[in-house]
Amino acid sequence: MIRLENLTRHFGQGAHPIVAVDNVTLEVPSGEICVLLGPSGCGKTTTMRMINRLIEPTSGKIFIDGKDTVDVDPIELRRTIGYVIQQIGLFPHKTVEDNICVVPDLLGWQRTNSRARARELLELVGLQPDLFLKRYPKELSGGQQQRVGVLRALAADPPLMLMDEPFGAIDPINREVIQDEFLKMQQQLRKTIVFVSHDLDEAVRMADKIAIFRSGRLEQLATPNELLANPCNAFVESFLGGDRALKRLRLIRSGEAMVRDFARVQPDTPLGEAQRHMAAHGAAAAIVLDGEGRPLGVLKGEDAELCDSTVAQAYRPDPIGVPAEADLRIAVSLMLTHDLPALACVDGQGKAVGVLTYRSIVTTLRGTGPEADR
Amino acid sequence: MSAAEYARPGAAARIAPIVAGTVVLAVTWWLWSSGMAEEIMAYKSDIAYLSVQHVELVAWAGALAILVAVPVGVLLSRASLRRAADAAMQLFNIGSTVPTLAILALSMSLLGIGTVPAVFGLWAATLLPIVHNTYSGLKAVPLHLIEAATGMGMTPLQVLWRVELPNALYVIFGGIRTALAICIGSAPLVFLIGAGGLGELIFTGIALDELPMMLAGAIPTALLAVGVDFLLGQAQYHLIPRGINPLR
Repeated sequence: MIRLENLTRHFGQGAHPIVAVDNVTLEVPSGEICVLLGPSGCGKTTTMRMINRLIEPTSGKIFIDGKDTVDVDPIELRRTIGYVIQQIGLFPHKTVEDNICVVPDLLGWQRTNSRARARELLELVGLQPDLFLKRYPKELSGGQQQRVGVLRALAADPPLMLMDEPFGAIDPINREVIQDEFLKMQQQLRKTIVFVSHDLDEAVRMADKIAIFRSGRLEQLATPNELLANPCNAFVESFLGGDRALKRLRLIRSGEAMVRDFARVQPDTPLGEAQRHMAAHGAAAAIVLDGEGRPLGVLKGEDAELCDSTVAQAYRPDPIGVPAEADLRIAVSLMLTHDLPALACVDGQGKAVGVLTYRSIVTTLRGTGPEADR
Repeated sequence: MSAAEYARPGAAARIAPIVAGTVVLAVTWWLWSSGMAEEIMAYKSDIAYLSVQHVELVAWAGALAILVAVPVGVLLSRASLRRAADAAMQLFNIGSTVPTLAILALSMSLLGIGTVPAVFGLWAATLLPIVHNTYSGLKAVPLHLIEAATGMGMTPLQVLWRVELPNALYVIFGGIRTALAICIGSAPLVFLIGAGGLGELIFTGIALDELPMMLAGAIPTALLAVGVDFLLGQAQYHLIPRGINPLR
């Protein structure tokens, strides 16, 4: 766990120093990623660099696992904190292997142990050790360099990592791949991570908590979902942008926004009966299920009025539904693409467990549960 | 071969050894066929003795220059000396415009004649390119490498040894090559302040209008310069890791 208390840093002397960081108090629980987010010059990088004492605070304290960092030798401190910078900073005169082993070597690990560790780490990100250990950084692609940069920070297995826009220099497509890869690693490693970014989408993807900075001040500290739902002031709101409701869709799983009580029909149900069924539920559409409760498609109210046979002639078989664990962005995208007022959510066995409607999504985004509104 | 092919840098590099080889062969053939070679070989014992003296002078001056210049360059590149370094580098740049002969003359007026003023003069002339390249090589190491190294817990000395110097090595090596070429090329001049060396044959040969004697000094001097540069080039190629070696 890491705690910043009333952290302040001035640059320049005299009566009017530049206040880079202004009285920031912040706590990052163990195993969480806290993203420091804000426009350039907002003090986020300065704040991060004070944690490993690359910059000394003007006032305020930093505690790592309850221990004041001032009491630790800065060199020793830095060796216990993983550090990744935007330019990556791989040493061009060292091989990938020696780059990864920089901190283990500084700590005086046995050579066989550190080199085995390098091998193991490369395998972790899917880079074949035999192919990459002896390469030099200039012989790697940008994405590979980035991965090695992160591995180097992980080499001595530090509990805490500082990452300063670590994926900033990569093209958007590879960036998402590496972000996902990193998140997957983090699920096993559970490092405590302070992550500096100016990219809101990255912050929303990566963060357990987001800390929004403006001119040295911490404006808001919240989970991505809370932040997007309730920005605390006009600055945060404008920083998040006009599409913040859409950004939230990624953070909510379909299962959280579905209603369990919905109109169900079978393919052989006469359409008249189906219409009455929908009316009874106050629904604009019904989910068509087979004998085992698996969805076959959606029957829209207006389609039911057009002919007078059974559901089988009128329902839309595509798409049949979304997994309950898929994020809402995917579900909403399907509903918009196929012009559907409702979409089934399916469980692991493919059975329909609930239904998403625009109504249920809106009430979820408002913060009240979907069932509460009914 | 077309003009376009000459324009490519690779073409010139490929032709150079062929041209050089042809010239060497032609000169050798002329030396033998004109009987000049025999006349030169008459000075065999002088050549052997003076070559050793020559190499000794160069070795002392070069080694002392490297030993002094690299640490000076390192010191000047430290952030805490930035102000002083700017002034010092200006001074060095002015210093490097002083001709070697003038340096030797000054050296003689201070230290008299003989080996010591000769080594001192050559040392002074050799110093500047090495200081210059050490300084600018270290200054050119990207700041983010130093930041990464510091952030991972290297002490300032470790940053210097493990990151800065290796990354500046190619440029420093370039400075040493230039400096030693200057040193070997200037070494014949030390005969003028009584330190011997192959200059003795060259200058005496000129004074007596004895072409064979002059060549007996000039040819070994040239071979020495080419040989040392070749050895340093090989060292530069093999000692500097592939990751930062533009030659590999």
